[in-house]
Amino acid sequence: MSAFRSERAGKVQSEFDPQQPVRRFAHGSRVPGWDEHVDLTKQPATIPDPATTEVPAQLRKAIEEAMARYPDRHSASIPALHLAQAEHGWCSPEAITQVACVMRVTPAYLTSVASFYDMFALEPKPEHDVFVCTNISCSLLGADEFYESMCAAAEGHPTIGVRGFECLGACDIGPMASVDGEYVGPLNETDAIQIVEDIEAGRSVLEHKQLRYRACADPGAATQ
Amino acid sequence: MSPHILFEAIDEPGLNTLPVYEARGGYQALKQALTYPPAAIVQEISDSGLRGRGGAGFKMGQKASFLPVTDAPKYLVCNADESEPGTFKDRELMQKSPHMLIEGIVITAFGTGIHEAFIYIRGEYEYQADILEAAINEARAAGYIGENILGSGHNLKLVLHRGAGAYICGEETGLLDSLEGKRGNPRLKPPFPAIEGLYDGPTLINNVETLATVPHIITMGGKEYAQIGTETSTGTKLVSVSGDVQKPGNYEITLGIPSREIIYDLAGGPPPGREIKMWFPGGSSSPVLTAEDLDVPYDFDSMAKAGTMLGSGAIIVVDDSHTVLEVAFKLAKFYAHESCGKCVPCREGTNWTQKMIERMQDGLATPMDLDLMAGVQTQIIGNCLCVLGDAMAMPVGSLVEKFRSEIEAEIAAAQQRPVLV
Repeated sequence: MSAFRSERAGKVQSEFDPQQPVRRFAHGSRVPGWDEHVDLTKQPATIPDPATTEVPAQLRKAIEEAMARYPDRHSASIPALHLAQAEHGWCSPEAITQVACVMRVTPAYLTSVASFYDMFALEPKPEHDVFVCTNISCSLLGADEFYESMCAAAEGHPTIGVRGFECLGACDIGPMASVDGEYVGPLNETDAIQIVEDIEAGRSVLEHKQLRYRACADPGAATQ
Repeated sequence: MSPHILFEAIDEPGLNTLPVYEARGGYQALKQALTYPPAAIVQEISDSGLRGRGGAGFKMGQKASFLPVTDAPKYLVCNADESEPGTFKDRELMQKSPHMLIEGIVITAFGTGIHEAFIYIRGEYEYQADILEAAINEARAAGYIGENILGSGHNLKLVLHRGAGAYICGEETGLLDSLEGKRGNPRLKPPFPAIEGLYDGPTLINNVETLATVPHIITMGGKEYAQIGTETSTGTKLVSVSGDVQKPGNYEITLGIPSREIIYDLAGGPPPGREIKMWFPGGSSSPVLTAEDLDVPYDFDSMAKAGTMLGSGAIIVVDDSHTVLEVAFKLAKFYAHESCGKCVPCREGTNWTQKMIERMQDGLATPMDLDLMAGVQTQIIGNCLCVLGDAMAMPVGSLVEKFRSEIEAEIAAAQQRPVLV
């Protein structure tokens, strides 16, 4: 946290000048973002034509199965985007178009959904996700420092993406991280290096610190 | 030691599989419930006094009784989008005893005449979702869900739905929109979900822990269950204790015991040499309490009387090695990130609160910033469709109220620090 703060403080000091007009982005707002995924010079895309859109057979089948589970096929948008992201590595325009084609919705509808949720990537992302919880309980126990160690350890490893994440629901093992969905903790600096080594070696990550093996803390819950 | 209902033998190897669960008496409550008239099940739940374990503490029996009697499709949604910072009880329950939840869902659906149920689990809980999915398949193969359950004539379809990372989807109407395949924006209430919810049908939404308690209520009888705990907060509660304590984790407690017992006797208290500065009794959304409030009984009404709430039952302990602004910043940053942006007071209020706290930490605060920040909190509360904004405004407001002089000292100290350029 300290490094982050001093960096920000430095920026505020050097860039803030009340005499200068406020910097604005091309769309007129002081906030970037809302049109990042939009090409405003084009007409909105319609529902992709099944005759000309190629969809991998397995993906099509999985999305159709997901749609069949719900009374309304739109409910399958999140499961379908999960499937497409697993297939393509991220929610690329191609992935979105394929889902839109199978679900019979517009790509814009799916983009609106994908951009809402933290787990969908609308930009290419590294193959391995390391989500470090930096929320309150973990940060009380040093999560911000661990996040920095994790970033440092992953430097030079382009297949590993480290991201600070909101509460992952495992404050009992804080500071913790979710490595490709596997919860591990409590973590320290050396664990950061071990995590990178385990990912690179294709091993199960920090097996002795995995949440799945942790016993309940409540003494009254002992097996009888 | 207080009775253990949900956590009894929770660590038994293989409890997540059907044979072990059945060997421990699993699905007996369902068999018993299927012999009752449906209305009697809702009556048992009402008699038990069971209050929702997700945060609001609304009586489950009352909520179920709001559902209209109709042949039109009705839905049951289990809220497993456990995202409130500090809360991790449902995770342990789903991972170790998924059939308890499934049994509770089937009994509740039978009691309320519902034929379609969904479990909305947060996307990050991949391991727990896999376990739950396997358990649902086992239960389906054994005839506990599906067509004509155990010859009762009742049908139930149960679908596990994985979310994709959004705190707001734990809010019931946000969850419904998300389950319908949209962005998880909360809806205007009324109409309440019990009248118009999922796919515009009457919908009953309950938390994992609430539904998992239902089989035990059937086994024990509602009136017997109501004997546990206090008069208005009946039963046991899973409490997640985290932060600056020596033994963080989930504990099953009887509602009404002194909070001190949970924090010190069960969770081991703060690290040696440290004192408790403040604690959140019900997740990060609850107004903070101080060391002076440690003897407040841990139940819904006592917490409300102390000016806070039991919420999801997540106790976060902060010791005296942390500054107040540090805590406030983490809160504001989280809610600013998770605000869906639909209502202006929340979207702008959380965002500017974060910025004001940043200014204070960086030594750039103006003298009016603290009052301005306190004022913003009062303008958020009650002015949005859902309580996400309130969930920041209440704890941040309480921090300013209870630690004002300390925050002022921290602001002054920050202004003395040389700023790195």
